[in-house]
Amino acid sequence: MTSLVHTLRQRFADQLVSVTQVLEEVTVELPSQYLLDASQILRDAAEFQFDMLIDLCGVDYADYGLVQWVTEAATDEGFSRGVEQGAQQQRILDWDKPRFAVVYHLLSTTLNQRLRLRVFCEQDPLWLDSVVTIWESANWYEREAYDLYGILFRGHPDMRRLLTDYGFIGHPFRKDFPLSGQVEMRYDAKQQRVIYEPVNIEPRVLVPKVGRRDNRYLGEGE
Amino acid sequence: MAEIRNYTLNFGPQHPAAHGVLRLVLELDGEVITRADPHIGLLHRGTEKLAETKPFNQNIGYMDRLDYVSMMCNEHAYVRAIEKLIGIEAPIRAQYIRTMFDEITRILNHLLWLGAAALDIGAMSVFLYCFREREDLFDCYEAVSGARMHATYYRPGGVYRDLPDNMPQYQASKWHNEKETEQRNANRKGSLLDFITDFTERFPARIDEYEKLLTNNRIWKQRNVDIGVVSADRAKQLGFSGPMLRASGVEWDLRKMQPYAMYDKMDFDIPVGLRGDCYDRYLVRIEEMRQSNRIIRQCVRWLREHPGPVIVDDPKVAPPKRVQMKDDMEAMIHHFKLFTEGYCVPAGEAYAAVEAPKGEFGAYLISDGANKPYRLKLRAPGFPHLAAFDEMTRGHMLADGVAILSSQDIVFGEIDR
Repeated sequence: MTSLVHTLRQRFADQLVSVTQVLEEVTVELPSQYLLDASQILRDAAEFQFDMLIDLCGVDYADYGLVQWVTEAATDEGFSRGVEQGAQQQRILDWDKPRFAVVYHLLSTTLNQRLRLRVFCEQDPLWLDSVVTIWESANWYEREAYDLYGILFRGHPDMRRLLTDYGFIGHPFRKDFPLSGQVEMRYDAKQQRVIYEPVNIEPRVLVPKVGRRDNRYLGEGE
Repeated sequence: MAEIRNYTLNFGPQHPAAHGVLRLVLELDGEVITRADPHIGLLHRGTEKLAETKPFNQNIGYMDRLDYVSMMCNEHAYVRAIEKLIGIEAPIRAQYIRTMFDEITRILNHLLWLGAAALDIGAMSVFLYCFREREDLFDCYEAVSGARMHATYYRPGGVYRDLPDNMPQYQASKWHNEKETEQRNANRKGSLLDFITDFTERFPARIDEYEKLLTNNRIWKQRNVDIGVVSADRAKQLGFSGPMLRASGVEWDLRKMQPYAMYDKMDFDIPVGLRGDCYDRYLVRIEEMRQSNRIIRQCVRWLREHPGPVIVDDPKVAPPKRVQMKDDMEAMIHHFKLFTEGYCVPAGEAYAAVEAPKGEFGAYLISDGANKPYRLKLRAPGFPHLAAFDEMTRGHMLADGVAILSSQDIVFGEIDR
């Protein structure tokens, strides 16, 4: 495993943003312009041979490290349980990288090793190079990432929505998309057809997102 | 001369051979498929988004509903990802229980697949026989978790409770008199392990029965041999895993290559196909059931001899015992906090995969240090399989499309998520 980190550092030198090994998993962060070249090497070079793209997914880091209550503060105020909508969120972790990323999980069946590749979408129209020409299984995965996060892939043969409804508006897995959605559907007896209306469900938080920093977690991860 | 054009056919979303809610737009030249465009997402429930709004433990139930015929395997992947991030390990007895139930799940899944695949091709009786055996396995699920399908049995740090010492009994009713009920309860007199032992003794003969019906059956062969051939290279390129990959001749099984739970202690073989057609996929799955049976026996033998804890003794992750809660304030508080707020998982990311019956089922978990997952991505094995449907069916007849679809073992719970 550590040898993989070593080879990656040697082979790509300064092209990579970072190579880390945490929990026995190797993660590589790449600038988006090297994605295609690096993928080609990772698939074909004898020391990598990542012949399978196991998974590809988008990630939205907009709320990363933001919680609805931090327990120390909440304890001082007494536990008022309800979380008010629009109440100020508190930050427990800093985030200074772009909002959207695409994460690739690679597997080499010949060398029996795994690799995680993370590429941030740096520009505002979210464009990344498609890796369909390198691993064909990326086809649907990229469509899914486009559908759920609105990340577009340059060179993809068929950039259509995959999971959401025909005519769906928005990208539902973004953190600013409400859990209950924007529209709801019902059959209207008068018009004798199915109609869409704005949802009438009040969004509510059942369990607040808690950032707990008491003694059982101290000394971990810092 | 009149212009001859291909026509498009809409297959599903309500079609018995679509294995759920699949809409296929097929472009046909006569009866030959020239292009297939699967439209998925009709069962999209946004599991991954829902998971972001719930504490870690409350999401285990959602995992059952992904691939709803191999419930515990999905739980296993998710639970392993959490364990990896927190840095805990389940006790050894729990690991054996998980191994055993993973294999019970594999048999459950393959039995449903076998029945449904045979039904698609027109063999009605296999379906009925398969469901007879599934019934016993559901009883195992029920005995251990209280639910016949959606168990929520695996928990971070172990399994919810130890294997029970007795099995639920049938009661006499106006349809079954005393004598009949006595017979039905015959193998339920002992513990769950006795019941499973009895099953593993009966089961190999049952597989022989299915094979007698199908393996050399002329119709079965005509419908399956050389249909939907995928070469080893293409299978890797298309992201196949599990029986689909092995039928194409790639010797790859996570249970052997990247062992988890107790698989490195188990003695079992990996069946591999030669041609990569539907028939090979059938043979691989049949053999996998026999191997699963072997693994279950080894687990039962170990579990009989080694009692012990089945979940970690850490009240911050695992709930305290009921008895303890009656007179221990601390235990009461732990219970309350665990089931309301949950536990915070250290910031970081982890990917944990298991060899689910359909292939590699993986859970990619990002945590920002809160009590809910920040992002959960579930890698469903069926997703790349169905994505390859177009390539696999091109040039085949419409009826072969059905055979190919069923040989992929498609379940929409996991594909649409």
